[in-house]
Formats: sequence, structure tokens, C-alpha cells
Amino acid sequence: MAAIVELHGVTKQYRVDGKDVTALDGIDITVERGEIFAIIGYSGAGKSTLVRLVNGLERATSGRIVVDGTDVSGFTERQFLRVRTGIGMIFQRFNLFRSRTVAGNVAYPLRVAGWPKAKRDARVAELLDFVGLLDRAYSYPDQLSGGQQQRVGIARALATNPSIVLADEATSALDPETTQDVLDLLRKVNRELGVTVIVITHEMEVVRSIADRVAVLDSGRKIEEGSVYEVFAHPRTDTAKRFVSSVVHNEPDAGDLERLQGRHEGRIVTARVGEDGRLGTVLSDVARHGVRFEILFGGIGALQQRAFGSLTLELTGSDAGVDAVIAELRAITEVKEENR
Amino acid sequence: MRNTWDGDVHLPLLIEALGKTGYMVSLTLLIGGLLGLALGLALYATRQGSLLPNRAVFAALNVIVNIVRPIPFIILIAAVQPLTVLLTGGYIGTERAVIPLAIATMFGFSRIVEQNLVTIEPGVIEAARASGAGPWRILGTLVIPEALGPLILGFTFVFVAVIDMTAVAGIVGGGGLGNFAISYGFQRYNTEVVWVAVIVIIVLVQLVQLLGNWLARKALRR
Repeated sequence: MAAIVELHGVTKQYRVDGKDVTALDGIDITVERGEIFAIIGYSGAGKSTLVRLVNGLERATSGRIVVDGTDVSGFTERQFLRVRTGIGMIFQRFNLFRSRTVAGNVAYPLRVAGWPKAKRDARVAELLDFVGLLDRAYSYPDQLSGGQQQRVGIARALATNPSIVLADEATSALDPETTQDVLDLLRKVNRELGVTVIVITHEMEVVRSIADRVAVLDSGRKIEEGSVYEVFAHPRTDTAKRFVSSVVHNEPDAGDLERLQGRHEGRIVTARVGEDGRLGTVLSDVARHGVRFEILFGGIGALQQRAFGSLTLELTGSDAGVDAVIAELRAITEVKEENR
Repeated sequence: MRNTWDGDVHLPLLIEALGKTGYMVSLTLLIGGLLGLALGLALYATRQGSLLPNRAVFAALNVIVNIVRPIPFIILIAAVQPLTVLLTGGYIGTERAVIPLAIATMFGFSRIVEQNLVTIEPGVIEAARASGAGPWRILGTLVIPEALGPLILGFTFVFVAVIDMTAVAGIVGGGGLGNFAISYGFQRYNTEVVWVAVIVIIVLVQLVQLLGNWLARKALRR
């Protein structure tokens, strides 16, 4: 895969009341062509600023930014106009032009890019068909629901056939059901049109649902990066752990453990459920070691089309027998013995 | 002369005055409106964080507007008299009265334009920038349509204020309804004539306001 957006040592400082405030601090990120890359962080982490560096709506204080092979770090505003024609952007509050119809909104970037009218009209119809709003072409934005407005926003962002779409909290103003519709549409944009999508969010659900890779931003620093599976399976930082636990609660927390240990005599272990699904094979055979097991906690789902989850088990039997079972489990997956 | 309304005498005078008022108001709104729109756009565009931020230009424009705007119109007529003479070779007459009228309108309207434009959501401007539009294009194609409803209401407000100001233009020979009311009514103790002029002005203002409201509703689609 080839990189489409590269940030090297990017720093952004603002001057507020005579003091320098560092919004972004030495960020290195590489987004590969054709992927959905998510940047997650709490509000104020600097993620909105970060995504605006890509299309030059904000300028870095230092560092190098390469977009589609072109180093845009020193670009003037005028030079950026052309770059922006190749980058679509969608917004949390949709930011549609209220004075223009749905068709007028979608046509705007095409006018800017100088498309002749006939080509423009055909392209607008094609885009509205793609987002399922062909019948609302002559409606005004305030006559549409939030989800429909965001669809218009997506059509507008795609107008000039950009290779990159930036989605700044694109679903944060929508209800859960509409959120899923819009995420599905973004996935369709990525899969069917091959557009690289950079998603900014504070919702781990968004990351789980559509992203291929994710970077975690905290106080202007990138504290973690990896495939979504990797970060969900092995979050290294507390912030990442908090984000993961906001959507998956497969593993018992301290309170759960205390409760479990109060009720169960045996040794308690948590085993990760991986792709191979051999956990059951081992468990079906523990009687061989004179050990019985009970399932106490856990959950199994799918993440990026792979099984993902964990089971917390009580193992009862002789210490040697339980040790043997744990060893067998360790041979096929990660196992953590919960401390007494 | 009787101190009552005399149709034979007053009606032709009233119609002539109405024509002069209409002429002055139209010309004033055309010139002052366009210049005010331009000045308002400049104020909006050059403020910090806007499309063409320029601290020096904004500060200069801001000070000029603040100086000119509070001048009472009757004093402004006198103050711009040298300019009127310079531009037209004199200062008496209907056309010449338009110069102070247009100046007052320009500065008054510029603030209304500026105030309405700053209410445009910054996100909308950002979306236009993100699609590759430059600041001049955004000013030309997006900013005015996005604020059109309030701008029409603001322009209607100015329209009514201009009708008010033309009454004062009588002192430099501008003629018009105000002058008619003063010359043929007030100064000749003819209250009826004053009241006819007042009623005509009220009807005129009502019509303008109704038209403005209707257009603004169409622009806002509600």
C-alpha cells in the first residue's frame, strides 16, 4: 500500500492572550491509500485541528505534511485551493448552504472547479442517486432531516471525485440509527469508490464500526496507533483502554472481579477468544486433569470480520490439574489469571 | 388663502412632491445602497478571523463609519456641502440633495450589512473553503445569498429612514413630500395640508414595509 497522507513531526501552536498553547505536538501519522483511518480523542485533544492541516484550513507551526505525493507544508492559501478540490470534507453540523437547494449545494464544488453546466447537472444527479436523495434535489436543507442533510454533505464532499474525504465528527449530531446509516454510506464511499476516508471522532463505536486503523490522540499527542483489532485487543494506554471499554465490556473490571471472587472458590482466569475458536476444544477435555470449569463473565463479537472477545472462567480442581489446563489454554490463546 | 386642503391648488403640488421624493429615494437607495453593501462587505471581510482579515483596513473603516454615522442628517448636509459643490458645481436642487442622502445611507446601511453577515455560521464559510473556493468567490457567491433575508429587512429599514431624511432635504431645495408639508402646510398654518402629506408618507412607508417583509419571507422561505 502507498501512503496518501503523511504527517511528519507536525506541531501546531496557537497564541492565546500572549501565551503559546500547543494544540498538536510532534504528530507522525501515515494514512494509506484506500483505507478508513480514524483519529479518536476527547474534545480538546486536537483532532479537529489535525484533520484541518490536511486540506490547509489550518496551518502547522512546524513539521512536514505530504498529501498525495505533494509536500504541501509551505503552500500558500492560493496553492491550497487546488489541493482542496481533491479533498472532500464533511462536518458535524453538516454546514450546508441554506440559500441553495440540495442540488445547488452539491453543485457548488463543481462550479468552483469550473465544470460546464451539462457535466455538472449529470454529476449532481449521479451523486444524489448514490446517496439516495435524487427525489429531494430541489428541497432546501432546512426541509431535510439530520441524516438526510449529512447525506447531502457527503454528496457535496464527493462532487469533484476527491481521492480523500475528511469526516469531522460526521455522526456526532445524529441519533444512533441515523449514525449507522451514515457510517454505512461512508463505508460504501470507501469500498465502492476507493476513496480514502479520514474520520475524526470521540466515539469508539464509530471506530469499531468502520475504521481499518486508528490513532488515539490525547492532549495534542498521538499516544497509540494500530489496526482497529490490535488497539481493541491490546490497548496500551489508559486513554485507549477507556475508549475500548466504552464499547466493549467483555472483561470483568475490579468490581466485577470482587463480586466473582466472593462467590466462587476456584481459580479465575480470563481467556481471549481468537479467530481459531479452539477454546471450546480445550475446555471440553479438562476433565482429563480432574478439573471442572464454569463460565463467569465474557462476550464474543466480531471486529473487522474477525471473532473478538473473551471469557472469564472458574477452574476448580487440584492445583496441578488447574495449572495443566491453564498451560493448555496458554498454548492457544492469551490467558490472564485474575489475582486473588 | 384659506387654511384648508384645496385640491385644485394642492393636488398638483402634492403629486410633484411625491415624484421628487420618489426620485430622491430611488437614486439614494441605488447609490447609497450599493456603496453601503460594498462597505458592509469590506467591514465583514476584513475583521479578524474572516475571509480577508486585515487589522489596519478594518480599523480604518470602522473608525470612519463610527465618525460619519452619528452625525445628524441636517448637519451632514452642511458638512458635505463642499463635496457636493466639488462634484456637481452647486448644492441646491433635487439631484444635489442626493449626495448627502447617499452618504448617510451608505454608512447607515454598511453597519446593517456587517451585522447581518457576521451572523452567518462560520461552518458554512469553512465548507465553502474546503471545497476549494477562494475568499473573493465566497464573498461574491455565498455570503450575500446566505444572509439575504435579514439583508432585505435591513434594506427596508434603510428605505424608510431615507424617506424620513428626504423631508429634511427641502432645506437644500430637494423638494419632495417633507418640503411640501413644511412650505404649504406648516409655514402657512395649514394643518390639513400637513396631515395629507403625513398620510401619504405613512401609506408609502407601509407599502415599502409590506413589500420588504414579503421579499424577506420569500428569501427565508418561511
